[in-house]
Amino acid sequence: MSTRLASGGRFIDRSKKQDFTFDGKRLSGFAGDTLASALLANDQMLVGRSFKYHRPRGIVASGPEEPNALVGTGQGGRFEPNNRATTTELYSGLKAVSQNRWPSLEFDVGSVNTALAPFFPAGFYYKTFIHPRAFWKHLFEPVIRWAAGLGNAPKEPDADRYEYAYAHFDVVVAGGGIAGLAAALQAASAGASVLIAEQSPNWGGRAPVDGDEIDGKPAGAWVDATVAKLRTMQNVQMRSRAMVAGIYDHGYTLVYERLQDHAPQVNGPRHRLWRVRAGRVIAATGAIERPLSFAGNDIPGVMLASAVRDYVVNYGVSVGDRVVIATNNDDAYRTAITLTEAGLSVPVIVEARADAEGDLVKKAEALGIRVAKGMAISKVKGRKRVEAVQLCSQAGEGAALETVKCDAVAMSGGWSPVVHLWSHCGGKLNWDDAHAWFAPDPSRGPTNQDGLVNVIAAGIASGAKDTSSVLADALKAGATAAKETGYKPAAIKAPKVDAPAEAPMLPVWSMPQGASYELRSKTWLDYQNDVKVTDVQLAAREGFESVEHTKRYTTLGMATDQGKLSNINGLAVLADSLNKDIPQVGTTTFRPPYHPISMGSIAGDARGELFKPIRKSPMHDWMDANGGFWEPVADWRRPYCYQKDGESVEEAVHREIMATRTSVGLLDASTLGKIIVKGPDAAKFLDLMYTNMMSTLKVGRCRYGLMCTENGFLADDGVVARLSEDTFLCHTTSGGSDRIHAHLEEWLQTEWWDLKVHTVNVTEQYAQIAVVGPNARKVLEKLGGMDVSAEALPFMAFADGELGGIKVRPYRISFSGELSYEIAVPAAQGQAFWDKCLEAGAEFGITPYGTEALHVMRAEKGFIMIGDETDGTVIPQDLGLNWAISKKKDDFLGKRAMERTHMTDPDRWKLVGLETLDPETVLPDGAYAVDGSVDAYGNKATVGRVTSTYRSPTLGRSIAMGLVKYGPDRMGDVIDFPELNGNIIKARIVDPVFYDNDGEKQNV
Amino acid sequence: MSDAVSVLNGASSEGLNKVSDAGLKGMITLKGDLTSEPMSKAVKSAVGLAMPASGECKTGAKGAVAWMAKDELMLFCDYADADKMVEKLEKALKGEHFLAVNVSDARALFKIEGDHILDILAKGTPTPLDGVVAGQFRRSRIGQIAAAFWMVSYSEAYIVCFRSVGEHMFAWLKTANNAEAALDLFSS
Repeated sequence: MSTRLASGGRFIDRSKKQDFTFDGKRLSGFAGDTLASALLANDQMLVGRSFKYHRPRGIVASGPEEPNALVGTGQGGRFEPNNRATTTELYSGLKAVSQNRWPSLEFDVGSVNTALAPFFPAGFYYKTFIHPRAFWKHLFEPVIRWAAGLGNAPKEPDADRYEYAYAHFDVVVAGGGIAGLAAALQAASAGASVLIAEQSPNWGGRAPVDGDEIDGKPAGAWVDATVAKLRTMQNVQMRSRAMVAGIYDHGYTLVYERLQDHAPQVNGPRHRLWRVRAGRVIAATGAIERPLSFAGNDIPGVMLASAVRDYVVNYGVSVGDRVVIATNNDDAYRTAITLTEAGLSVPVIVEARADAEGDLVKKAEALGIRVAKGMAISKVKGRKRVEAVQLCSQAGEGAALETVKCDAVAMSGGWSPVVHLWSHCGGKLNWDDAHAWFAPDPSRGPTNQDGLVNVIAAGIASGAKDTSSVLADALKAGATAAKETGYKPAAIKAPKVDAPAEAPMLPVWSMPQGASYELRSKTWLDYQNDVKVTDVQLAAREGFESVEHTKRYTTLGMATDQGKLSNINGLAVLADSLNKDIPQVGTTTFRPPYHPISMGSIAGDARGELFKPIRKSPMHDWMDANGGFWEPVADWRRPYCYQKDGESVEEAVHREIMATRTSVGLLDASTLGKIIVKGPDAAKFLDLMYTNMMSTLKVGRCRYGLMCTENGFLADDGVVARLSEDTFLCHTTSGGSDRIHAHLEEWLQTEWWDLKVHTVNVTEQYAQIAVVGPNARKVLEKLGGMDVSAEALPFMAFADGELGGIKVRPYRISFSGELSYEIAVPAAQGQAFWDKCLEAGAEFGITPYGTEALHVMRAEKGFIMIGDETDGTVIPQDLGLNWAISKKKDDFLGKRAMERTHMTDPDRWKLVGLETLDPETVLPDGAYAVDGSVDAYGNKATVGRVTSTYRSPTLGRSIAMGLVKYGPDRMGDVIDFPELNGNIIKARIVDPVFYDNDGEKQNV
Repeated sequence: MSDAVSVLNGASSEGLNKVSDAGLKGMITLKGDLTSEPMSKAVKSAVGLAMPASGECKTGAKGAVAWMAKDELMLFCDYADADKMVEKLEKALKGEHFLAVNVSDARALFKIEGDHILDILAKGTPTPLDGVVAGQFRRSRIGQIAAAFWMVSYSEAYIVCFRSVGEHMFAWLKTANNAEAALDLFSS
């Protein structure tokens, strides 16, 4: 059984007990524990069930490579699934639950799948559930999804907050082990600004556990001294609990900092995502130990040898009293020695190499540990925990020679440098036969915007094996990074290292070498996705030669650990099955993030009120307080209508229209785009941008204009006012202000740069308030300050002046067909002017109206709306706007395109009005008209569609506009609009102007 | 103009720093040939300052002038003086190709005072901040909003953005300025 030792544990503070629960069971650990070490200290060997077969699984590793120990942590708004127990720091009150089991971890119904394992080979789901086709969606998929999957999704909104931080460093060092620390010190000493990020809470990495001496002191002492030195340097940022998650183009580097996971009771952001521009990144990311492939290597208690050592040294936790070691290299002997020195028993070291004579081997033998050379584990006995191992000859097929009782197995199949960061931006790898690993090829590194290699691997991550070469390599990396970012590094002498000499390892991809099918089918490669040796071999037999295809077919390496433990072992099996060398098979692609990061950190602070910036008019708060029923208009919020108590939206809209038509209404039109165009060539420029003539516009007058794209499609419309001989103010649609301003600037800057024109977007300088209706003038006259009579300020004119003591510019323009003044006032006085209008208009029952009333009134007048009547494929001619297309101008944007045959095609759908035969029936928006014919596929031929449709309170009936084939030539015809329910609405084609066709009301 | 109000009417919030709506400020967009002599003279007579270099903000007793683009400046003055300053510029630049326009009402202006100014900015803007420390005027973004910012001292900075998103900016500043969210990047 696993337990806490009486002494030891570098990271834990035995004076600080931390109570926590696992599946509701009350347990306790110490400050400094990970959840994994605390579970092991409480003999909780079984921590989860596997994905596919629901096999009992225990903790395998001690870091982010852990495949099995995934738990849900927290509750309610702080529940989070799939957290690794090995990277989850323990805190008092932590509530963890196991995953993928029902009804309980100890008794899991799904484990019946284990007995059925022979029926679940690679590709089982693809092969089995393909027929009958219809069953997949409705039967197979829902059942499989219920049974499979890892943790549960949180059910409540995330209670925490997150943030970004942007930073720029000459050098970012990924990894706070001895390589990272040495590299950081070297680069920082040269003067470079350095960020050193360590994913765990502790600096120093593995070296202090492994027991080597640096500069005559234990590695831990060197780490402490170096960290202390770095902390004094102004140009160094040290961040622990911060993982370099990914490297992207141009040295863009993501660092994931976990601020609160170890102390959720503290306030402030939980995670912070650093978005760093790094001159150079030093990947000092260390290496990950590989499992060995023997039968039963997934039974709880079978762990990586380095992890077993970590738990003893770092946390004072023994994973078992009797631990069998299985290895193909010298490093695992460190575990045997550590365990023996801690007073635990190592009954045997199962050594795959026939001869092993390194210093560590000799030391183990000197301690009296039995080393069984040339031997292998043929099978691990036990179900929910290890009970014994059967030994066999590594060269044979697995015939058991002896059984050794034990309660844990520490395995080491060699090491793999962590090459992820090197590879994210395309760094290439070389296969190293001696160590049986892929290591970065410095001549084929990832390159930055200058075409230069910008990631430097350092330490064991670059392929340096022993402590001495790790430090030398790291110092060189630090110096290179500093030099390449413009500094002059001074030589730092590599520290003297005292470490035992290690003998070469032996690549072992199968244990024993000739393992039978029965053994291989119980030998796991990928624990999390339940991929066995036989699955990969089957894939190879079925023709999956590419490692990428094999990965997807077998799901090897596709789980949340992304194959940190399984990739190399898996592709070695694939290579062997294909009779190829490992480098010929190659690796799958390493993609960011290195280890899962929270969705919250990716969203950053963009949630709640900060989710998306909303543009607010100067009168927003008043409108909100007075029944404004909001609708989004581009990034603005505009009131659709103002609801009074007990009033429906429809009733409010009708009330607003009738009040405006019969007396006076008040509209906030501030969102309309307003762009100043000034210069000696301004008139010429606008003639090019608009389809109609703007150069003939008189100062003090307004003209409605259309803008098209160079392909002739209608892009925007609005009223242009000529402020002076060389200055125009162009109104755009609410959604078009930024787009049209950019459009103007693009043509000015790229095509007509010789025109002397300046533009400024002044949309937000003004609150624009429309006073609309037969009594509009009376309201303004009450405010007083300027002459607003028909003579002084006729229709389509504007004037500068003062109303109610506020500086104003009223435009006599009308989108409703009524007498209308759109009055621009400085935005800071928008609310004040609005209030004055309400006060002056009170005796006339002045009624604020929203966008829907505006829409209905403009439709009654047959005015088009960009985005309703247009959709990017409509040209002005389709809308009967030929009068706004100048024939006199040599050129304007869209002119040439409008002459194309498609644009002059008489079959184009054209704008008409539509009156339903039943005046109470309102056509559905976007409804299509049919003519009764069908095409070759039986589809009904369409001959038109509805673009705007409303109930008009003014006319007491439904009205609509639509684009109809030959529409203007078919006045009076009745056409059919089928509804989805089969019902047909009949509508008559009429003139699109339903109200005041002569325009008398607006021109008074 | 007593009824003119800034977007948050002077609201302020304490945290790592003090952040506040800095009220109404006169702002004039001036476009033209920044290398021309009449332009330099016009700027000098308007705010008493020399033409700023690329990315620079110059501050003086009469106002300030910031470099916005190769052909664009922003002039700062008292809110009430903005229209007069536009007239003055128009007179001074008569015959030149230029555009001067009062944009004071289109803007929201925020002030940050404290010892963690750069840490707050670093949470929102991707631009390198060493240039801002050195007196530069930066047009970038903060959070999701286009914004410009500059420092007048190590403990006083200003942010200007469009008025319509002023509330969002203030909410963002309050969040980033949360006393429990110290970044400790520039200050520790």
